[in-house]
Amino acid sequence: MRPRRWVSVLVCAAAASAAVTACGSGGASQTADGRTELTIATFNEFGYEGLFSEYEAAHPDIKITQRKTGQGGPHHQNLFTKLGAGSGLADVEAVEEGYLSQVMAKASQFNDLKEIGPKDLSTNRWLDWKTAAATTRDGKLIGYGTDIGPLAMCYRKDLFDKAGLPSDPEAVKALFATWESYFAAGEQFTARSGGVAWFDNAAQIFNAMHNQHEVGYFDKSDNLVVETNPDIRKDWDAVTSAVAKGQSAKLVAFSPEWNTGFKTGAFATKTCPSWMLGVIESQAGPENKGKWAVTDAFPDGGGNWGGSYLTVPRQGKNTTKAAELAAWLTAPEQQIKAFQAKGTFPSQVDALKSPALLEQTNPYFGDVKAGALFAAQAGKVAAAQYKGPADGQLQENVFSPALQSVEQGKNAGEAWLTAVEGAEKAAK
Amino acid sequence: MTVVLTPVDRGRAEEARPRPPRRHRLSALDTKVSPYLFVAPFFVLFAAIGLFPLLYTAYVSLFDWELGADDPAFIGVENYTTLVGDEQFWNALFNTFSIFVLSSGPQIIIAVLLAALLNANLRARTAWRMGVLLPYVASLVALTIIFGTLFGPQYGLVNEVLTAVGIGPVDWQADTFGSHLAIASMVNWRWTGYNALIVLAAMQAIPREVHEAALVDGAGALRRFFSITLPMLRPTIIFVVVTSTIGGLQIFTEPKLFDPSGGSGGGAENQYQTVVLYLYQSAFQSFDLGYASAIAWVLFLVVIVIAGLNFLLTRRLASTSSEVRR
Repeated sequence: MRPRRWVSVLVCAAAASAAVTACGSGGASQTADGRTELTIATFNEFGYEGLFSEYEAAHPDIKITQRKTGQGGPHHQNLFTKLGAGSGLADVEAVEEGYLSQVMAKASQFNDLKEIGPKDLSTNRWLDWKTAAATTRDGKLIGYGTDIGPLAMCYRKDLFDKAGLPSDPEAVKALFATWESYFAAGEQFTARSGGVAWFDNAAQIFNAMHNQHEVGYFDKSDNLVVETNPDIRKDWDAVTSAVAKGQSAKLVAFSPEWNTGFKTGAFATKTCPSWMLGVIESQAGPENKGKWAVTDAFPDGGGNWGGSYLTVPRQGKNTTKAAELAAWLTAPEQQIKAFQAKGTFPSQVDALKSPALLEQTNPYFGDVKAGALFAAQAGKVAAAQYKGPADGQLQENVFSPALQSVEQGKNAGEAWLTAVEGAEKAAK
Repeated sequence: MTVVLTPVDRGRAEEARPRPPRRHRLSALDTKVSPYLFVAPFFVLFAAIGLFPLLYTAYVSLFDWELGADDPAFIGVENYTTLVGDEQFWNALFNTFSIFVLSSGPQIIIAVLLAALLNANLRARTAWRMGVLLPYVASLVALTIIFGTLFGPQYGLVNEVLTAVGIGPVDWQADTFGSHLAIASMVNWRWTGYNALIVLAAMQAIPREVHEAALVDGAGALRRFFSITLPMLRPTIIFVVVTSTIGGLQIFTEPKLFDPSGGSGGGAENQYQTVVLYLYQSAFQSFDLGYASAIAWVLFLVVIVIAGLNFLLTRRLASTSSEVRR
């Protein structure tokens, strides 16, 4: 049965009776003066505004229209709804890393950019792990990488000093060498901190640990391996025992209380992707300037949190031209301009060597050479973990709440059983 | 309109009948069809945005329908049988009723008392009456965010006050009853004034003679309130109960925004996940449209059953109250 077809017939009939004409094959993609109109849908700030006019000047037959959504959530909800409806998407759609597993599960609805994109474009343009995450098992490339969020460690120098820990960016590296040394330092810290916690919440630590493993929640044949993958249980035990020892500030990420936590100094370390520096600066405020520092170390290697891709959905009209635009936008020269405009950290190998990036400093974090620091961290990211179709859901709706329940006082063993059960339900 | 007066012999054979003039036919068409055209917009709109979604939801609920899936599989009533055995659904139903009772109960009592106060001889009466309606005018989202901050487990004002008076902090997020209380307080804040105005209108419709007669008989203010005002308010109170039932069973925004993670889980362990929130989570986080549709239909039936019970209750109570009057 294919009920989808007659939905659109009925919806169109209903819409027609209300005198709306948007059904069937969609609107014309030609402007009045005969130029081809390309639409591109982004969210937050990609830093592309100045680039569009540059592209239009170089390609007189193209007109670019941007559909910009303020937040990632509504943007992706719109993306999935219109994928389901079969029409209404922009020619180029941005996809954030957190939603990538869901997009990869619907890879058949996106163009293989190796096939329709410019032939002279090599995937060596990007960091290997960035491209690998957007490549399907049968080798199709779904998206061109835009930016990334390489992880470093941010910490409160003043609180480290008070608790008798080394606070110099070089000296703290030993504390952040492995997760074991990280939790051990946390124990030392909380013993003398007078109630200040070591990290903001358990889920933030757990997710960073989890993403470092070669195999995550699913194996490469999409089988759920939550119970059989020993790494997951090991991370769980390490994080929950740290919670039991009072190392967590129990502040849900991005909640108002979490924001307050930055102001009051409720925790001493934060897993820090490049874009987190801006978040810390705005939440901790000028009164805490000089207290936060960042170092180019991350327990057990590196990691990535955030960053996006440009995709070309199959339902578009001008897929070849759209792919050409996406390829141009994600070239190192353009991404460096986007970085200068809005601070999006580039995923292109050449862009990471650009002087404009390497010379960038951050005054809030003691004039640290943030660009060079995160470029170094980007090189430490291990191979991309294979993500199953329900991966994002497992992280957001299963493991994060389960860890939160442990922070609220639930027994860690019981919470683990709840998480396993929830994972099975989400994966079916 | 003189043509209409021309007699037409209906008994004569069809072919012998002259074709009526064009204007005649048009006006006949006009009288027959145009009334339907006048009422059509409502029915077309109702069919498109009321009836069609309702029926189509029922249809979708019979499929294992993932958003964007190419070929949803027909599975009959399996979504419904899964739902009956789904602990999370029963938990959500319990939460919904719990929040409903915690909000509607106090709300109606306070609304009646508030209406009685507003019915008294007050200075600047209109200003007071407008005043109680202000929370209803405020933006629901802004209100929920402010209440969420007030009920913050670690830095919330409510907990600071509770600590100051020696009760100690309550984890409004972790505690099931605590979270229901916090959400119910948002609902009460918003709707009490609105309901008070409806009750006030009914109160003013009570004939003054009844009150005067009681006064002559020597009844005090309290006695008059309980023996005259309350019984005569019954139908209005039932109306308020029915509307707040329908609203209360569909509560969504408050618990959704109360979750600090911004998800639809309604707390780390679904402590305050309501039925509509579970529906939303199934549809737009798990993308399981078939299951979400089944939840929607079951909720629809629950609302009908409860509303039906209320209707029966209304009829009974309304007739007993009229007997009291006689």
